[in-house]
Amino acid sequence: MIGASKMGVGLCETAEGMGYSPDLCSYARSDIACATVNGGPIGGLPRPDMLVCCNNICGTVLKWYEVQARYFKVPLFILDTPFCHVGFADEAKRYVRRQLDEYILFLEKTCGRKMDNNRLKEVGKLSLEGQRLWQAVLNTTANRPAPMSAFDAFFHLALIVTLRGTRDVIDYYSQLLIKMKDRVARGKGAIPNEKYRLLWDNIPIWPRTRWLSQKFASHDACLVADTYTSAWCGTMKYIDENNFFDSMAEAYTRIYLNIGIDEMAKQVLEMIDKYQIDGIVMHSNRSCKPYSIGQYDIQKIIEKERGIPSLMIEADMVDERSFAESQVETRIDAFMEVIKQRKGR
Amino acid sequence: MITAGIDIGSISTKAAVIADSKLLGAKVIFTGYNAEQAGKTVYEDLLQELHLQPSAIQKTVATGYGRNSVKFADKTLTEIICHAAGAHFLNPPVRSIIDIGGQDSKAIVVDVNGNVGNFVMNDKCAAGTGRFLEVMARALEVDLENLGDLSLQADHPSKISSLCTVFAESEVISLIAKGENRANIIAGIHESIASRVFSMANRVGIVPPVVMTGGVAKNIGFVKALEKKLGITPTVSKYAQVNGAIGAADLAAGLK
Ligand code: SF4
Repeated sequence: MIGASKMGVGLCETAEGMGYSPDLCSYARSDIACATVNGGPIGGLPRPDMLVCCNNICGTVLKWYEVQARYFKVPLFILDTPFCHVGFADEAKRYVRRQLDEYILFLEKTCGRKMDNNRLKEVGKLSLEGQRLWQAVLNTTANRPAPMSAFDAFFHLALIVTLRGTRDVIDYYSQLLIKMKDRVARGKGAIPNEKYRLLWDNIPIWPRTRWLSQKFASHDACLVADTYTSAWCGTMKYIDENNFFDSMAEAYTRIYLNIGIDEMAKQVLEMIDKYQIDGIVMHSNRSCKPYSIGQYDIQKIIEKERGIPSLMIEADMVDERSFAESQVETRIDAFMEVIKQRKGR
Repeated sequence: MITAGIDIGSISTKAAVIADSKLLGAKVIFTGYNAEQAGKTVYEDLLQELHLQPSAIQKTVATGYGRNSVKFADKTLTEIICHAAGAHFLNPPVRSIIDIGGQDSKAIVVDVNGNVGNFVMNDKCAAGTGRFLEVMARALEVDLENLGDLSLQADHPSKISSLCTVFAESEVISLIAKGENRANIIAGIHESIASRVFSMANRVGIVPPVVMTGGVAKNIGFVKALEKKLGITPTVSKYAQVNGAIGAADLAAGLK
């Protein structure tokens, strides 16, 4: 929200003034600064009673949450998920599973009440149902023309991120799904004249999503899918509805940012086929190292396996100081010219 | 058919006119503050030199950073596609192009028809571009045009490690203060740009024959440094700086 409302630069500067390096992830910088000045679009988040973090996305969250726990003087629980280069080893499973027991003890102690197993099942089912619906919504963009674009997905994503496990998510995505299916039936595309279908990789460049969507639309290009929004429902296959507790360990650990580059490339290739992609737009995100580090390799793998072109945009998801409009514009225009040339216009 | 190409870069503005696949002429001026005016001026001046009326030009394509300010262009295209077309026009067997302009450097691979197969542009910043050289020339109080010849006298190129233009400039200043000779410093600067370009070339997978285009191609010292890094000798046409404009004019001929 801070990024999309273009409040990132101010907050990042505040964090840098506090002594944090500009190389630190801009989510961390924004949040750390936000807490001290009650900044951002909603004047800061409510004071937490406890903090919980999982390092399945990166190591930054660990230090970030330690900082915040110290600042708010609240207890912190860290769920440590080992990196999964290829598979998911038994030791890793036991290791994460055991921490879930500790997690429950932590919650019971902090909340002062006992864990309710039935409630867990209920929330777990709602959460899974929410993910299924979200995936179903994303699936509709496999149609030509795509009824919505990745830019729309960046927006609708808010619910699965913040309200997962509630009815609201299910109601909202059920409605959205009906709407998208209706658009498909009527042949209504996200952009007026979809000719080229692209895939977005990495976190959105939040402050520039509108500019980017217009830029691509002006080339009749629709970003029909992305690796980011789909990551919020990417580990459903590991979840066992009748055994949430055990399968949770695996689902948390095997998310997109916690797997090896070959595995990531495999998922990207699947998306290329599923959504009939003509080109990939990669956001090399100055903030998010775990997301950006394998991109050159993934680019090479895609080039070799599917022979489709890819574009690298250097930017940052929140910090607009890392965005050079005319440079990005030239690269997008050139990339689109290449795609048009390849597809014979 | 007579067509024109206009390439407005961050430092210089170029125009070229082609008639039935023959280059009639080309011209370069400084872009200065007003890109739109620069585009007009270079175009009008060139037409005058060639004794052509504006009505004789059937199609015009604009490229470069100022491409959208050329109001009279029939179409705008990016430098990538124009440099590929220009290099192919001047030298049909070419398969790769290394272009170093004012604020961008690029490596492009083309197919036998001059169509772009793949390209990579400099990322992060202006390190490894013409602007970088310009800043260094100023710090060394050397004319930009003389950098190339001077660097050939180097016996032991200095090491310039910073990628940031501003920091590299202070590195250069401290080398001057230490009494390092100019030729070595300049050769060091060329090597530092060459190694940036080298990694780009590797990423895109360049294949010979390679041509070098853009203003920096006029710098013999840099071309030598690049040749050493690449292990391939790039050819430099005398039209290197106007290559993008030539490509634009050539692509204009293909417009419907
Ligand atoms: S954006 Fe990237 S670096 Fe920042 S917390 Fe998320 S995963 Fe970590």
